[in-house]
Amino acid sequence: MSNTNMSVPTMAEMAAKGENPEVLFWVGCAGSFDDRYKKVTIAFIKILEKVGISYAVLGEEETCTGDPARRAGNEFLFQMQAMANIQVLDGYGVKKIVTACPHCFNTLKNEYPDLGGNYEVIHHSTFLQQLINEGKVTMKGGGEFKGKKITYHDSCYLGRANNVYEAPREVLQALDAELVEMKRCRTKGLCCGAGGAQMFKDAEKGNKEINIERTEEALATGANIIASACPFCMTMMRDGVKTKEKEESVEVLDIAELIAKNEGL
Amino acid sequence: MQYLPQIAFVIILGVASWLLFKRISQIRKNIFLGRKESRNDNKAERWKTMWLVAFGQRKMFKRIIPAFLHLLIYVGFLVINLEVLEFVIDGLAGTHRIFAPLLGDFYTVLINIFEFLAVGVLFSCVVFLIRRNVVKVKRFHSIEMKKWPTLDANLILVIEIVLMFAILTMNATDQMIQGSDEHYAQTGKFFFSSKLIPLLEGMNTASLILVERFAWWFHIVGILAFAVYVTYSKHLHIGLAFPNTWYSNLKAKGHMENMPVVTNEVKMMLGMPAEGAENPPAEIARFGAKDVNDLSWVNIMNAYSCTECGRCTSECPANQTGKKLSPRKIMMDTRDRAEEVGASLAKGGKGLEDGKSLLGDYITKEEINACTSCNACVEACPVNIDPLSIILQMRRYVAMEESGSPASWNGMFQNIETSFAPWKFAPTDRFKWANELKKTED
Repeated sequence: MSNTNMSVPTMAEMAAKGENPEVLFWVGCAGSFDDRYKKVTIAFIKILEKVGISYAVLGEEETCTGDPARRAGNEFLFQMQAMANIQVLDGYGVKKIVTACPHCFNTLKNEYPDLGGNYEVIHHSTFLQQLINEGKVTMKGGGEFKGKKITYHDSCYLGRANNVYEAPREVLQALDAELVEMKRCRTKGLCCGAGGAQMFKDAEKGNKEINIERTEEALATGANIIASACPFCMTMMRDGVKTKEKEESVEVLDIAELIAKNEGL
Repeated sequence: MQYLPQIAFVIILGVASWLLFKRISQIRKNIFLGRKESRNDNKAERWKTMWLVAFGQRKMFKRIIPAFLHLLIYVGFLVINLEVLEFVIDGLAGTHRIFAPLLGDFYTVLINIFEFLAVGVLFSCVVFLIRRNVVKVKRFHSIEMKKWPTLDANLILVIEIVLMFAILTMNATDQMIQGSDEHYAQTGKFFFSSKLIPLLEGMNTASLILVERFAWWFHIVGILAFAVYVTYSKHLHIGLAFPNTWYSNLKAKGHMENMPVVTNEVKMMLGMPAEGAENPPAEIARFGAKDVNDLSWVNIMNAYSCTECGRCTSECPANQTGKKLSPRKIMMDTRDRAEEVGASLAKGGKGLEDGKSLLGDYITKEEINACTSCNACVEACPVNIDPLSIILQMRRYVAMEESGSPASWNGMFQNIETSFAPWKFAPTDRFKWANELKKTED
């Protein structure tokens, strides 16, 4: 391993030393508990470490932003979560937050201000794009993904919800890969089926699962890599690929993983 | 005797205006059944949105063929209605084509433009009828489009075709009468309507005048009757598209409206100073929306602005995969319920207390539970209607007033309460992912 000293700093440790990191990495519940998405968390940490940015996480002090509770209608629970989180964030004087989850991103950015929590919140796709633009992450020519066909699946909470369409695509272009678009992309992108708390229940009766519809569209591009930027999208697309029995030939990877892999991290 | 047509015209115009006024006041009342919501901020942005989206038809152009055909009808509607001004003046004053001698050659140019647009409207309406009834474009044939919505759509198109045909017939006969009757001013040749002249050749002047007068009355009475009809129809978007886009949601689409009532309670529970905690509202409003009066007035205006084009439903991932949810139906139901309550109240009836409600009698839980909140419907709407807002307010009612959310959601709520994550994991395990990084050091 290129970097041998990775003890992820927490806000509590930093505060004890009287330090305040430049940016808080909000890991999110999926990034903390979901075995697949933990790999994305680790990939992103490796990038942060390599770039040498001063960052910290909340560790055990982080709790759910409340997004799924709010989307499912439980406003009380959402606000309880939000208030508690705002107390913690303000307690540490957090100014800037980066997160790899579009749902956390949307809630922290758009909804916490209504409850008194004001932070500069950016999604990791925008963060990575900035690192590339600033030359802090330099893509090796002829890297692992050069010329490979990659299709990007828009997350609704990044795209339509927050108008982030280009940042993840620019990150992918930096890989020197061949970016192929699905029929329904950007503002017309089809949902993976997990938003609005659908991740936490079975779908209503219908004639098809939404993630299968989307996966079929992704597979039709002929791409070997489906790039995503959201933990729920990743789960849905992976399930779709599995159902279609294409796991051998098609991978679902987060944009942070693609960058980390390309960098040999 | 000679004033008879003028008297008739005044009466017809008066009756139509009175009917329109009454109906618009009723719609206004129905819209304000909704709760208050202030959307007067950022006026510059609001004017811009209205200008681009309603006047400029920007979002229509996501689908180029219907956009082009719709544009023809829209421009026709805006421009041909200038001619109505002349109709009204002529009708009141007993004149004939009062602007013809005043404008001279320019009048000929104007009427030629109107005729070109009339033919454009005719063409578009015919193509739209074919799309609906022969090609059977899918979005016009969902479950919610049975009976009245389909009849309504076809009626609108047929009425517009007939009205345009009346204009062309009127202009054709007018050109033939000119020179034989001095009441008919010289107008020059009209390109499109003159093509109809061969069909009318052989009629004497008296018959031509009869046809011309009939077409004139048919057109103006038709327009007035259509204006009243529109207020009962999905076609109301021709007016409401403008205020509806002005009052658009300007915040990020992902933002859900905060509930200050809940904020107060949560603050009190956490022992934080809450605004208005000393003066709790006398009547605690319902949490979330069960009926139209729980919705914001903007939601109800949205419903009246909906022209049932179905772009929302055709983009909805739930609908595409066979679920019951159709964002268009959410809007149609909201309008139907507002109409029902408003009509009942106008008659001194029970109104909201009629034992029915929007959620339950019109919209089912199965529909609102199927939504992924992906905002595809909101993005698709050419007049910025927001069906998602209604769906999410109803989910709030179900979760907070009925505790009637799906069992797995209740489980998820419990997990967040006890484990601070939507899944059942020990909070102490939250940071364990970092252990893997530490291992690589060895």
